[in-house]
Amino acid sequence: MSDYIIEAIRTGILETLAMTFFSSIFAYLFGLPLGILLYATSKGKILENTPVNFVLGLIVNIGRSLPFLILLVLLIPFTRFVVGSSIGTTASIVPLTIGAIPIVARMVESSLSEVQPGIIEAAVSMGASPIYVIIHFILPEATPSLLLGAAINIATILGYSAMAGVIGGGGLGAIALQYGYYRYQKDVLWTTVTILVIMVMLIQGVGNKIAVKVRK
Amino acid sequence: MAAVFSLDNVTKVYRNDGKEFSALKGISLDIEEGEIFGIIGMSGAGKSTLVRTLNRLEDVSSGKVSFYDQDLAQLKAPELRKVRRQIAMIFQSFNLLGQRTVLSNVLQPLRIAGIKGREAKEKALEMLEVVGLEDKKNQFPSRLSGGQRQRVAIARALASNPKVLLCDEATSALDPKMTGEILDLLKEINKTRKLTIVIITHEMSVIEKICDKVAIIDEGNLAETGEVKEVFRSPKSAAAKKLVFPSNPYDPSKPESRLIRVAFDGLAASRPFIAELVEKTGRKVNILSANTKSVGGIGYGQMVLELPESKADQDVIINFFTESGLSISEVVR
Repeated sequence: MSDYIIEAIRTGILETLAMTFFSSIFAYLFGLPLGILLYATSKGKILENTPVNFVLGLIVNIGRSLPFLILLVLLIPFTRFVVGSSIGTTASIVPLTIGAIPIVARMVESSLSEVQPGIIEAAVSMGASPIYVIIHFILPEATPSLLLGAAINIATILGYSAMAGVIGGGGLGAIALQYGYYRYQKDVLWTTVTILVIMVMLIQGVGNKIAVKVRK
Repeated sequence: MAAVFSLDNVTKVYRNDGKEFSALKGISLDIEEGEIFGIIGMSGAGKSTLVRTLNRLEDVSSGKVSFYDQDLAQLKAPELRKVRRQIAMIFQSFNLLGQRTVLSNVLQPLRIAGIKGREAKEKALEMLEVVGLEDKKNQFPSRLSGGQRQRVAIARALASNPKVLLCDEATSALDPKMTGEILDLLKEINKTRKLTIVIITHEMSVIEKICDKVAIIDEGNLAETGEVKEVFRSPKSAAAKKLVFPSNPYDPSKPESRLIRVAFDGLAASRPFIAELVEKTGRKVNILSANTKSVGGIGYGQMVLELPESKADQDVIINFFTESGLSISEVVR
Protein backbone atom coordinates (compact mmCIF):
# COMPACT_ATOMS: atom_id res chain seq x y z
CA MET A 1 0.00 0.00 0.00
CA SER A 2 1.31 3.39 -0.87
CA ASP A 3 1.89 6.10 1.69
CA TYR A 4 -1.06 8.22 0.69
CA ILE A 5 -3.45 5.32 1.20
CA ILE A 6 -2.03 4.65 4.65
CA GLU A 7 -2.48 8.35 5.40
CA ALA A 8 -6.06 8.14 4.05
CA ILE A 9 -6.82 5.15 6.29
CA ARG A 10 -5.41 7.03 9.28
CA THR A 11 -7.73 9.98 8.56
CA GLY A 12 -10.54 7.55 7.87
CA ILE A 13 -10.19 5.99 11.32
CA LEU A 14 -10.48 9.41 12.96
CA GLU A 15 -13.44 10.35 10.78
CA THR A 16 -15.23 7.08 11.57
CA LEU A 17 -14.63 7.58 15.28
CA ALA A 18 -15.89 11.16 15.09
CA MET A 19 -19.03 10.16 13.15
CA THR A 20 -19.78 7.29 15.51
CA PHE A 21 -19.11 9.37 18.61
CA PHE A 22 -21.22 12.39 17.69
CA SER A 23 -24.01 10.38 16.08
CA SER A 24 -24.24 8.19 19.18
CA ILE A 25 -24.44 11.21 21.47
CA PHE A 26 -27.11 12.91 19.39
CA ALA A 27 -29.01 9.65 18.91
CA TYR A 28 -29.15 9.15 22.69
CA LEU A 29 -30.03 12.79 23.27
CA PHE A 30 -33.27 12.16 21.36
CA GLY A 31 -33.59 8.38 21.59
CA LEU A 32 -33.33 8.08 25.38
CA PRO A 33 -36.29 10.39 26.14
CA LEU A 34 -38.24 8.81 23.28
CA GLY A 35 -37.53 5.33 24.67
CA ILE A 36 -38.59 6.43 28.15
CA LEU A 37 -41.84 7.83 26.72
CA LEU A 38 -42.47 4.64 24.72
CA TYR A 39 -41.99 2.62 27.89
CA ALA A 40 -43.91 4.86 30.30
CA THR A 41 -46.96 5.31 28.06
CA SER A 42 -47.37 1.62 27.25
CA LYS A 43 -50.20 -0.43 28.76
CA GLY A 44 -50.09 -0.89 32.49
CA LYS A 45 -47.11 1.43 32.92
CA ILE A 46 -46.77 4.50 35.04
CA LEU A 47 -47.93 7.09 32.46
CA GLU A 48 -50.19 4.77 30.43
CA ASN A 49 -51.48 6.67 27.40
CA THR A 50 -52.58 4.53 24.48
CA PRO A 51 -52.89 7.25 21.78
CA VAL A 52 -49.45 8.75 22.53
CA ASN A 53 -47.91 5.30 22.70
CA PHE A 54 -49.50 4.32 19.38
CA VAL A 55 -48.25 7.43 17.54
CA LEU A 56 -44.73 7.18 18.96
CA GLY A 57 -44.62 3.46 18.23
CA LEU A 58 -45.73 4.08 14.66
CA ILE A 59 -43.04 6.71 14.06
CA VAL A 60 -40.35 4.51 15.56
CA ASN A 61 -41.42 1.49 13.54
CA ILE A 62 -41.42 3.47 10.29
CA GLY A 63 -37.97 4.81 11.12
CA ARG A 64 -36.69 1.34 11.85
CA SER A 65 -38.14 -0.34 8.81
CA LEU A 66 -36.67 2.14 6.28
CA PRO A 67 -33.42 0.68 4.89
CA PHE A 68 -30.60 2.92 6.07
CA LEU A 69 -29.33 3.50 2.54
CA ILE A 70 -32.75 4.82 1.47
CA LEU A 71 -32.88 7.03 4.57
CA LEU A 72 -29.46 8.44 3.63
CA VAL A 73 -30.73 9.51 0.23
CA LEU A 74 -34.11 10.75 1.48
CA LEU A 75 -32.44 12.93 4.08
CA ILE A 76 -30.06 14.73 1.70
CA PRO A 77 -32.18 17.93 1.52
CA PHE A 78 -32.66 17.92 5.28
CA THR A 79 -28.94 17.42 5.87
CA ARG A 80 -28.13 20.27 3.52
CA PHE A 81 -30.57 22.45 5.46
CA VAL A 82 -29.03 21.55 8.84
CA VAL A 83 -25.29 21.62 8.13
CA GLY A 84 -25.18 23.45 4.82
CA SER A 85 -23.77 20.51 2.89
CA SER A 86 -24.75 16.94 2.17
CA ILE A 87 -21.29 15.44 1.81
CA GLY A 88 -18.47 14.88 4.26
CA THR A 89 -18.08 13.64 7.78
CA THR A 90 -20.12 16.35 9.48
CA ALA A 91 -22.97 15.93 7.01
CA SER A 92 -23.21 12.20 7.56
CA ILE A 93 -23.77 12.70 11.28
CA VAL A 94 -27.29 13.96 10.47
CA PRO A 95 -28.66 10.82 8.75
CA LEU A 96 -26.73 8.59 11.14
CA THR A 97 -28.39 10.29 14.10
CA ILE A 98 -31.86 10.17 12.54
CA GLY A 99 -31.43 6.53 11.57
CA ALA A 100 -30.19 5.57 15.03
CA ILE A 101 -32.84 7.38 17.11
CA PRO A 102 -35.59 4.75 16.65
CA ILE A 103 -33.12 1.93 17.25
CA VAL A 104 -31.92 3.59 20.46
CA ALA A 105 -35.51 4.26 21.54
CA ARG A 106 -36.54 0.60 21.18
CA MET A 107 -33.42 -0.59 22.99
CA VAL A 108 -34.06 1.84 25.86
CA GLU A 109 -37.70 0.74 26.03
CA SER A 110 -36.69 -2.90 26.25
CA SER A 111 -34.11 -2.21 28.98
CA LEU A 112 -36.63 -0.30 31.07
CA SER A 113 -39.21 -3.08 30.67
CA GLU A 114 -36.83 -5.42 32.50
CA VAL A 115 -37.22 -3.46 35.74
CA GLN A 116 -39.30 -5.49 38.21
CA PRO A 117 -42.86 -4.15 38.53
CA GLY A 118 -42.55 -4.58 42.31
CA ILE A 119 -39.90 -1.88 42.53
CA ILE A 120 -42.17 0.56 40.74
CA GLU A 121 -45.08 -0.45 42.98
CA ALA A 122 -42.89 0.19 46.04
CA ALA A 123 -41.93 3.61 44.70
CA VAL A 124 -45.56 4.54 44.04
CA SER A 125 -46.56 3.32 47.50
CA MET A 126 -43.97 5.72 48.96
CA GLY A 127 -45.82 8.61 47.37
CA ALA A 128 -43.41 9.28 44.51
CA SER A 129 -44.62 11.11 41.40
CA PRO A 130 -44.35 9.33 38.03
CA ILE A 131 -41.40 11.51 36.96
CA TYR A 132 -39.64 10.80 40.25
CA VAL A 133 -40.24 7.07 39.85
CA ILE A 134 -38.71 7.14 36.36
CA ILE A 135 -35.65 9.17 37.34
CA HIS A 136 -34.88 7.70 40.75
CA PHE A 137 -36.17 4.14 40.51
CA ILE A 138 -36.55 2.89 36.94
CA LEU A 139 -33.47 4.47 35.31
CA PRO A 140 -30.98 3.49 38.08
CA GLU A 141 -32.32 -0.08 38.14
CA ALA A 142 -32.06 -0.33 34.35
CA THR A 143 -28.56 1.18 34.12
CA PRO A 144 -26.57 -2.04 33.52
CA SER A 145 -29.01 -3.09 30.82
CA LEU A 146 -29.00 0.43 29.29
CA LEU A 147 -25.19 0.30 29.07
CA LEU A 148 -25.23 -3.08 27.34
CA GLY A 149 -27.80 -1.71 24.91
CA ALA A 150 -25.60 1.33 24.31
CA ALA A 151 -22.64 -0.89 23.34
CA ILE A 152 -24.82 -2.69 20.79
CA ASN A 153 -26.23 0.59 19.46
CA ILE A 154 -22.82 2.26 19.10
CA ALA A 155 -21.52 -0.76 17.19
CA THR A 156 -24.58 -0.54 14.92
CA ILE A 157 -23.96 3.18 14.34
CA LEU A 158 -20.35 2.40 13.49
CA GLY A 159 -21.56 -0.09 10.90
CA TYR A 160 -23.99 2.46 9.47
CA SER A 161 -21.22 5.08 9.30
CA ALA A 162 -19.40 2.86 6.84
CA MET A 163 -22.48 2.93 4.64
CA ALA A 164 -22.48 6.72 4.66
CA GLY A 165 -19.42 6.46 2.40
CA VAL A 166 -21.76 5.65 -0.46
CA ILE A 167 -23.28 9.13 -0.54
CA GLY A 168 -20.05 10.99 0.03
CA GLY A 169 -19.61 10.66 3.76
CA GLY A 170 -16.03 10.20 4.96
CA GLY A 171 -14.48 7.53 7.10
CA LEU A 172 -13.29 3.99 6.59
CA GLY A 173 -16.43 3.03 4.70
CA ALA A 174 -15.67 5.57 1.99
CA ILE A 175 -12.09 4.33 1.69
CA ALA A 176 -13.17 0.70 1.46
CA LEU A 177 -15.64 1.65 -1.25
CA GLN A 178 -13.42 3.96 -3.31
CA TYR A 179 -10.11 2.14 -3.20
CA GLY A 180 -11.11 -1.37 -2.27
CA TYR A 181 -14.24 -1.81 -4.34
CA TYR A 182 -14.13 0.62 -7.31
CA ARG A 183 -10.35 0.24 -7.84
CA TYR A 184 -10.13 -3.44 -6.95
CA GLN A 185 -7.49 -2.81 -4.28
CA LYS A 186 -8.18 -5.91 -2.22
CA ASP A 187 -5.50 -5.09 0.38
CA VAL A 188 -7.15 -1.74 1.14
CA LEU A 189 -10.56 -3.41 1.32
CA TRP A 190 -9.42 -6.06 3.79
CA THR A 191 -7.41 -3.60 5.88
CA THR A 192 -10.37 -1.27 6.36
CA VAL A 193 -12.74 -4.15 7.03
CA THR A 194 -10.32 -5.57 9.63
CA ILE A 195 -10.06 -2.18 11.33
CA LEU A 196 -13.87 -1.89 11.44
CA VAL A 197 -14.15 -5.39 12.95
CA ILE A 198 -11.59 -4.51 15.62
CA MET A 199 -13.45 -1.29 16.41
CA VAL A 200 -16.76 -3.10 16.85
CA MET A 201 -15.12 -5.70 19.08
CA LEU A 202 -13.53 -3.00 21.21
CA ILE A 203 -16.82 -1.14 21.66
CA GLN A 204 -18.68 -4.33 22.57
CA GLY A 205 -15.92 -5.50 24.89
CA VAL A 206 -15.66 -2.21 26.74
CA GLY A 207 -19.48 -1.96 26.95
CA ASN A 208 -19.76 -5.45 28.47
CA LYS A 209 -16.99 -4.71 30.96
CA ILE A 210 -18.63 -1.51 32.15
CA ALA A 211 -22.05 -3.15 32.39
CA VAL A 212 -20.68 -6.00 34.51
CA LYS A 213 -18.79 -3.59 36.73
CA VAL A 214 -21.84 -1.41 37.28
CA ARG A 215 -24.24 -4.29 38.01
CA LYS A 216 -24.50 -4.80 41.78
CA MET B 1 -59.67 4.51 69.43
CA ALA B 2 -59.79 6.10 66.03
CA ALA B 3 -60.22 4.06 62.90
CA VAL B 4 -57.13 4.24 60.71
CA PHE B 5 -58.89 2.53 57.85
CA SER B 6 -62.58 2.19 57.37
CA LEU B 7 -63.83 0.06 54.50
CA ASP B 8 -67.45 0.34 53.51
CA ASN B 9 -68.87 -2.26 51.14
CA VAL B 10 -65.76 -2.31 48.96
CA THR B 11 -65.91 -4.18 45.68
CA LYS B 12 -63.36 -4.67 42.94
CA VAL B 13 -64.16 -6.04 39.53
CA TYR B 14 -61.48 -6.75 36.94
CA ARG B 15 -62.41 -6.77 33.29
CA ASN B 16 -60.22 -8.83 31.03
CA ASP B 17 -61.04 -9.75 27.45
CA GLY B 18 -64.70 -8.96 28.09
CA LYS B 19 -64.77 -11.36 31.06
CA GLU B 20 -65.52 -10.01 34.50
CA PHE B 21 -63.87 -11.20 37.65
CA SER B 22 -64.94 -10.06 41.10
CA ALA B 23 -61.88 -9.93 43.34
CA LEU B 24 -63.68 -8.23 46.23
CA LYS B 25 -67.40 -8.66 46.83
CA GLY B 26 -68.50 -6.05 49.34
CA ILE B 27 -66.00 -5.90 52.18
CA SER B 28 -66.67 -3.74 55.24
CA LEU B 29 -64.26 -3.54 58.13
CA ASP B 30 -62.48 -1.11 60.44
CA ILE B 31 -58.80 -1.16 61.34
CA GLU B 32 -58.08 0.72 64.52
CA GLU B 33 -55.09 2.69 65.70
CA GLY B 34 -52.30 0.74 67.32
CA GLU B 35 -53.50 -2.73 66.47
CA ILE B 36 -51.90 -5.44 64.40
CA PHE B 37 -54.61 -6.46 62.00
CA GLY B 38 -54.21 -9.70 60.08
CA ILE B 39 -55.92 -10.43 56.79
CA ILE B 40 -55.75 -14.09 55.89
CA GLY B 41 -57.05 -16.13 53.03
CA MET B 42 -56.09 -18.77 50.52
CA SER B 43 -54.17 -17.60 47.48
CA GLY B 44 -56.56 -15.93 45.05
CA ALA B 45 -58.96 -15.01 47.85
CA GLY B 46 -58.51 -11.31 47.12
CA LYS B 47 -56.40 -10.32 50.10
CA SER B 48 -53.60 -8.75 48.02
CA THR B 49 -56.16 -6.72 46.11
CA LEU B 50 -57.74 -5.71 49.42
CA VAL B 51 -54.49 -4.39 50.89
CA ARG B 52 -53.80 -2.46 47.68
CA THR B 53 -57.06 -0.60 48.04
CA LEU B 54 -55.77 0.74 51.37
CA ASN B 55 -53.18 2.96 49.66
CA ARG B 56 -55.06 3.13 46.37
CA LEU B 57 -52.54 1.13 44.40
CA GLU B 58 -55.85 -0.37 43.29
CA ASP B 59 -58.94 1.76 42.76
CA VAL B 60 -62.14 0.28 44.13
CA SER B 61 -65.04 -0.45 41.75
CA SER B 62 -67.60 0.62 44.33
CA GLY B 63 -67.77 1.30 48.04
CA LYS B 64 -65.48 3.50 50.06
CA VAL B 65 -62.03 3.23 51.62
CA SER B 66 -61.33 5.93 54.22
CA PHE B 67 -57.99 6.70 55.83
CA TYR B 68 -58.61 8.74 59.01
CA ASP B 69 -62.02 9.70 57.61
CA GLN B 70 -60.76 10.93 54.24
CA ASP B 71 -62.21 9.07 51.28
CA LEU B 72 -59.15 7.94 49.27
CA ALA B 73 -61.10 7.99 45.99
CA GLN B 74 -61.74 11.74 46.39
CA LEU B 75 -58.04 12.63 46.58
CA LYS B 76 -56.28 14.31 43.65
CA ALA B 77 -52.92 12.90 42.59
CA PRO B 78 -50.70 15.25 44.68
CA GLU B 79 -52.90 14.81 47.79
CA LEU B 80 -52.89 11.05 47.30
CA ARG B 81 -49.08 11.08 47.17
CA LYS B 82 -48.99 12.94 50.49
CA VAL B 83 -51.35 10.41 52.06
CA ARG B 84 -49.30 7.51 50.69
CA ARG B 85 -46.27 8.84 52.57
CA GLN B 86 -48.15 8.05 55.77
CA ILE B 87 -48.98 4.52 54.61
CA ALA B 88 -45.77 2.52 54.28
CA MET B 89 -45.71 -0.88 52.63
CA ILE B 90 -43.42 -3.89 52.59
CA PHE B 91 -43.60 -6.76 50.13
CA GLN B 92 -42.96 -10.46 49.71
CA SER B 93 -40.20 -9.77 47.18
CA PHE B 94 -38.75 -6.89 49.27
CA ASN B 95 -38.62 -4.59 46.21
CA LEU B 96 -35.36 -2.89 47.14
CA LEU B 97 -33.34 -1.03 44.54
CA GLY B 98 -30.63 -3.51 43.59
CA GLN B 99 -28.39 -0.82 42.15
CA ARG B 100 -28.39 1.26 45.34
CA THR B 101 -26.78 0.70 48.73
CA VAL B 102 -28.78 -0.18 51.80
CA LEU B 103 -28.47 3.38 53.10
CA SER B 104 -29.53 4.88 49.79
CA ASN B 105 -32.57 2.59 49.74
CA VAL B 106 -33.61 3.76 53.20
CA LEU B 107 -33.11 7.38 52.12
CA GLN B 108 -35.62 7.08 49.25
CA PRO B 109 -38.86 7.84 51.12
CA LEU B 110 -37.15 10.75 52.89
CA ARG B 111 -36.04 12.22 49.56
CA ILE B 112 -39.55 11.79 48.22
CA ALA B 113 -40.87 13.69 51.25
CA GLY B 114 -38.36 16.46 50.49
CA ILE B 115 -36.05 15.78 53.45
CA LYS B 116 -32.42 16.10 52.41
CA GLY B 117 -28.84 16.22 53.63
CA ARG B 118 -27.73 15.43 57.14
CA GLU B 119 -31.20 15.29 58.61
CA ALA B 120 -32.19 12.58 56.13
CA LYS B 121 -29.00 10.62 56.67
CA GLU B 122 -29.34 10.68 60.44
CA LYS B 123 -32.93 9.51 60.21
CA ALA B 124 -32.00 6.70 57.81
CA LEU B 125 -29.18 5.53 60.06
CA GLU B 126 -31.51 5.61 63.04
CA MET B 127 -33.95 3.35 61.18
CA LEU B 128 -31.17 0.94 60.23
CA GLU B 129 -30.29 0.79 63.92
CA VAL B 130 -33.91 -0.09 64.76
CA VAL B 131 -33.70 -3.10 62.45
CA GLY B 132 -30.17 -3.94 63.55
CA LEU B 133 -28.40 -3.42 60.23
CA GLU B 134 -26.42 -0.20 60.71
CA ASP B 135 -23.19 -2.09 59.88
CA LYS B 136 -24.58 -3.05 56.44
CA LYS B 137 -25.32 0.51 55.33
CA ASN B 138 -22.85 0.49 52.44
CA GLN B 139 -23.68 -3.00 51.20
CA PHE B 140 -25.82 -3.70 48.17
CA PRO B 141 -29.03 -5.70 48.70
CA SER B 142 -27.75 -8.59 46.57
CA ARG B 143 -25.18 -9.28 49.31
CA LEU B 144 -27.82 -9.64 52.02
CA SER B 145 -29.95 -12.62 53.09
CA GLY B 146 -33.73 -12.57 52.58
CA GLY B 147 -34.34 -11.74 56.22
CA GLN B 148 -31.84 -8.89 56.10
CA ARG B 149 -33.41 -7.55 52.91
CA GLN B 150 -36.81 -7.50 54.57
CA ARG B 151 -35.25 -5.65 57.52
CA VAL B 152 -33.92 -3.03 55.12
CA ALA B 153 -37.39 -2.79 53.59
CA ILE B 154 -38.83 -2.28 57.09
CA ALA B 155 -36.24 0.42 57.83
CA ARG B 156 -37.14 2.07 54.53
CA ALA B 157 -40.85 1.85 55.34
CA LEU B 158 -40.38 3.41 58.78
CA ALA B 159 -38.10 6.23 57.63
CA SER B 160 -40.89 8.60 56.66
CA ASN B 161 -42.68 8.21 60.03
CA PRO B 162 -45.76 6.50 58.60
CA LYS B 163 -48.97 6.10 60.58
CA VAL B 164 -49.49 2.58 59.35
CA LEU B 165 -47.43 -0.23 57.85
CA LEU B 166 -48.95 -2.59 55.28
CA CYS B 167 -47.23 -5.97 54.99
CA ASP B 168 -48.06 -7.91 51.84
CA GLU B 169 -46.98 -11.51 52.48
CA ALA B 170 -43.85 -10.00 53.98
CA THR B 171 -42.61 -13.28 55.45
CA SER B 172 -43.74 -15.69 52.75
CA ALA B 173 -40.36 -15.78 51.01
CA LEU B 174 -38.50 -16.40 54.27
CA ASP B 175 -37.63 -19.56 56.17
CA PRO B 176 -39.36 -20.20 59.54
CA LYS B 177 -36.49 -18.81 61.63
CA MET B 178 -36.27 -15.56 59.66
CA THR B 179 -40.07 -15.33 59.63
CA GLY B 180 -40.02 -15.49 63.42
CA GLU B 181 -37.37 -12.78 63.62
CA ILE B 182 -39.23 -10.45 61.27
CA LEU B 183 -42.50 -10.99 63.15
CA ASP B 184 -40.79 -10.25 66.48
CA LEU B 185 -39.39 -7.08 64.97
CA LEU B 186 -42.83 -6.01 63.71
CA LYS B 187 -44.36 -6.70 67.12
CA GLU B 188 -41.66 -4.65 68.79
CA ILE B 189 -42.14 -1.75 66.37
CA ASN B 190 -45.89 -1.91 66.96
CA LYS B 191 -45.33 -1.63 70.71
CA THR B 192 -42.54 0.94 70.85
CA ARG B 193 -43.69 3.21 68.04
CA LYS B 194 -47.45 2.69 68.41
CA LEU B 195 -47.53 1.85 64.74
CA THR B 196 -50.67 0.32 63.28
CA ILE B 197 -49.76 -2.74 61.21
CA VAL B 198 -51.84 -4.54 58.61
CA ILE B 199 -50.57 -8.00 57.73
CA ILE B 200 -51.61 -9.96 54.69
CA THR B 201 -50.75 -13.63 54.87
CA HIS B 202 -51.87 -17.11 53.95
CA GLU B 203 -50.20 -18.60 57.02
CA MET B 204 -52.24 -19.01 60.19
CA SER B 205 -49.03 -19.18 62.21
CA VAL B 206 -48.30 -15.52 61.35
CA ILE B 207 -51.73 -14.46 62.62
CA GLU B 208 -51.34 -16.56 65.77
CA LYS B 209 -47.99 -15.10 66.57
CA ILE B 210 -48.57 -11.37 66.40
CA CYS B 211 -52.03 -10.26 65.34
CA ASP B 212 -54.65 -8.72 67.63
CA LYS B 213 -57.48 -8.94 65.16
CA VAL B 214 -58.03 -10.99 62.07
CA ALA B 215 -60.21 -10.83 58.99
CA ILE B 216 -60.69 -13.99 56.98
CA ILE B 217 -61.18 -13.43 53.29
CA ASP B 218 -62.73 -16.17 51.23
CA GLU B 219 -63.34 -15.81 47.48
CA GLY B 220 -63.64 -12.04 47.74
CA ASN B 221 -65.95 -12.13 50.75
CA LEU B 222 -65.24 -11.26 54.34
CA ALA B 223 -65.96 -14.64 55.93
CA GLU B 224 -65.28 -13.65 59.52
CA THR B 225 -63.57 -10.95 61.51
CA GLY B 226 -62.81 -10.42 65.18
CA GLU B 227 -60.26 -10.79 67.94
CA VAL B 228 -57.74 -13.49 67.07
CA LYS B 229 -58.42 -15.27 70.39
CA GLU B 230 -62.13 -15.38 69.65
CA VAL B 231 -61.74 -16.66 66.13
CA PHE B 232 -59.38 -19.34 67.37
CA ARG B 233 -61.65 -20.40 70.19
CA SER B 234 -64.82 -20.59 68.18
CA PRO B 235 -64.44 -20.10 64.44
CA LYS B 236 -67.89 -19.63 62.93
CA SER B 237 -67.45 -19.63 59.16
CA ALA B 238 -66.37 -22.62 57.12
CA ALA B 239 -63.36 -20.67 55.85
CA ALA B 240 -62.25 -19.88 59.40
CA LYS B 241 -62.67 -23.50 60.52
CA LYS B 242 -60.60 -24.66 57.60
CA LEU B 243 -57.79 -22.31 58.61
CA VAL B 244 -57.96 -22.88 62.37
CA PHE B 245 -58.41 -26.65 62.43
CA PRO B 246 -55.83 -28.98 60.99
CA SER B 247 -56.99 -30.65 57.86
CA ASN B 248 -55.49 -34.08 58.49
CA PRO B 249 -58.14 -36.82 58.33
CA TYR B 250 -59.21 -38.36 61.62
CA ASP B 251 -59.18 -42.07 62.04
CA PRO B 252 -61.97 -43.14 64.42
CA SER B 253 -62.27 -46.81 65.43
CA LYS B 254 -65.74 -46.95 63.83
CA PRO B 255 -66.55 -44.87 60.77
CA GLU B 256 -69.98 -43.81 62.09
CA SER B 257 -68.99 -42.83 65.65
CA ARG B 258 -69.67 -39.33 66.93
CA LEU B 259 -66.71 -36.91 67.01
CA ILE B 260 -66.51 -33.71 69.01
CA ARG B 261 -63.97 -30.95 69.04
CA VAL B 262 -63.03 -29.50 72.43
CA ALA B 263 -61.38 -26.09 72.41
CA PHE B 264 -59.70 -24.67 75.47
CA ASP B 265 -57.56 -21.69 76.29
CA GLY B 266 -55.77 -19.91 79.12
CA LEU B 267 -56.02 -21.79 82.41
CA ALA B 268 -57.93 -24.69 80.92
CA ALA B 269 -54.95 -25.47 78.71
CA SER B 270 -52.92 -26.43 81.75
CA ARG B 271 -55.59 -28.67 83.29
CA PRO B 272 -55.41 -32.44 82.79
CA PHE B 273 -59.10 -32.60 82.00
CA ILE B 274 -59.13 -35.91 80.13
CA ALA B 275 -57.76 -37.54 83.27
CA GLU B 276 -60.39 -35.67 85.29
CA LEU B 277 -63.09 -36.92 82.94
CA VAL B 278 -62.07 -40.52 83.53
CA GLU B 279 -61.70 -40.05 87.29
CA LYS B 280 -65.01 -38.22 87.81
CA THR B 281 -67.32 -39.88 85.30
CA GLY B 282 -65.63 -43.18 84.56
CA ARG B 283 -66.31 -42.63 80.83
CA LYS B 284 -63.49 -42.99 78.31
CA VAL B 285 -62.86 -41.16 75.07
CA ASN B 286 -60.53 -41.84 72.18
CA ILE B 287 -58.23 -38.89 71.35
CA LEU B 288 -57.95 -38.59 67.57
CA SER B 289 -56.00 -35.35 67.38
CA ALA B 290 -54.76 -32.74 69.80
CA ASN B 291 -52.58 -29.70 69.73
CA THR B 292 -51.80 -26.63 71.74
CA LYS B 293 -50.20 -23.42 70.69
CA SER B 294 -49.60 -19.98 72.02
CA VAL B 295 -51.80 -17.31 70.48
CA GLY B 296 -50.89 -13.82 71.62
CA GLY B 297 -49.22 -15.24 74.73
CA ILE B 298 -52.26 -17.29 75.75
CA GLY B 299 -52.23 -21.06 75.59
CA TYR B 300 -54.79 -22.29 73.12
CA GLY B 301 -55.58 -25.89 72.34
CA GLN B 302 -58.04 -28.17 70.73
CA MET B 303 -58.73 -31.86 70.67
CA VAL B 304 -60.84 -34.06 68.50
CA LEU B 305 -62.39 -36.88 70.54
CA GLU B 306 -64.24 -40.00 69.51
CA LEU B 307 -67.15 -40.59 71.88
CA PRO B 308 -68.44 -43.98 73.04
CA GLU B 309 -71.47 -45.45 71.26
CA SER B 310 -74.05 -45.10 74.01
CA LYS B 311 -76.07 -41.87 73.86
CA ALA B 312 -76.19 -41.68 77.69
CA ASP B 313 -72.39 -41.90 77.94
CA GLN B 314 -72.06 -39.20 75.28
CA ASP B 315 -74.34 -36.87 77.27
CA VAL B 316 -72.36 -37.40 80.44
CA ILE B 317 -69.11 -36.59 78.69
CA ILE B 318 -70.47 -33.49 76.95
CA ASN B 319 -71.96 -32.30 80.23
CA PHE B 320 -68.62 -32.68 81.93
CA PHE B 321 -66.85 -30.56 79.33
CA THR B 322 -69.49 -27.83 79.25
CA GLU B 323 -69.52 -27.59 83.02
CA SER B 324 -65.73 -27.29 83.00
CA GLY B 325 -66.16 -24.21 80.79
CA LEU B 326 -64.79 -25.68 77.59
CA SER B 327 -66.39 -25.01 74.25
CA ILE B 328 -67.51 -27.95 72.23
CA SER B 329 -68.50 -28.42 68.62
CA GLU B 330 -69.52 -31.37 66.51
CA VAL B 331 -67.03 -32.50 63.92
CA VAL B 332 -68.85 -32.94 60.67
CA ARG B 333 -67.23 -35.40 58.35
